[in-house]
Amino acid sequence: MANMTHTMTGAIIEAMQGGLPLTSRPFVQIAERVGTDEQTVIETVRELRTAGTIKRFGVVVRHHELGYRANGMLVMDLPDESVETIAERLAEDPAVTLCYRRPRRPPAWPYNLFCMIHGRDRVGVQRKVDALLIANDLQDRESCVLFSRKRFKQRGAIYVSSDTAAEANIDG
Amino acid sequence: MESGAVLDTLDRRLLDDFQQDFPLCPRPYAAMAERVDSDEETVITRLASLEERGYLSRVGPVFRPGALGASTLAAMAVPADRLQAVADLVSGYVEVNHNYEREHEFNLWFVVTARDQEAVDGVLEDIRRRTGIAVMDLPLLEEFHIDLGFPLWRT
Repeated sequence: MANMTHTMTGAIIEAMQGGLPLTSRPFVQIAERVGTDEQTVIETVRELRTAGTIKRFGVVVRHHELGYRANGMLVMDLPDESVETIAERLAEDPAVTLCYRRPRRPPAWPYNLFCMIHGRDRVGVQRKVDALLIANDLQDRESCVLFSRKRFKQRGAIYVSSDTAAEANIDG
Repeated sequence: MESGAVLDTLDRRLLDDFQQDFPLCPRPYAAMAERVDSDEETVITRLASLEERGYLSRVGPVFRPGALGASTLAAMAVPADRLQAVADLVSGYVEVNHNYEREHEFNLWFVVTARDQEAVDGVLEDIRRRTGIAVMDLPLLEEFHIDLGFPLWRT
């Protein structure tokens, strides 16, 4: 039974990866695709949100198309003992869209904290980065901003097998 | 293409006000309409138009990284004259979603997402083998941001 439930949850997740249909009763369509009812789909989404598997549910915009053409990946080498405290503070700054700790790969890659910063252009991103570093007293840390140049591909993540993914309504 | 010129107040509210606060009910677009003083049909038509024009990616779930499968951020230092070819090869994998050129010696950055760690590792190894270029694997260790969407006009 647990397995059945698990499979249904997986099927619902899979059916929603391409987004919710733009119709009056979108959850009915998702339900029909996986062989359940509307209420089960809505309840499952609520449960996944509470559990944190879904970190948000709603409108996902394409910021590049909306005029936010530039993004910079600010990477820093912060001491292991203070990285968490500093990261939590940086993550609260509205300029920071994502804040992740990742492993260093010395000697080529000495950085352990990544912050994504979006802006309308390169200058705008740089200005936000400068302000962020000053506000958090990080000017003297080893850091680097990797500006985006060309976007080759961008779409939502697909977690399913290639066969299914090919059929999913993905934004390319 | 400048956003200000082509998006009216209703478009902006639809894009900005429902990134986190989306009504999870049987008729979500009717509920949205109520909040923006519109009607269900208009909301659906507008969202479809925003999607078609490329402003809206989708209405739906954003999953926590690693919640459903495995993923990683990977980077490669690609010689300039091979960049487009290697980028095309990388974009060809269904497991690759974001794939960007960045200004750095490591100039190609992409995210690999798959069912499990073995599948992710397999893609990285396959790319390394086909290109002859090392792939730096930078898996997520800790996430610090609560995803509040992407504020456009709300600040």
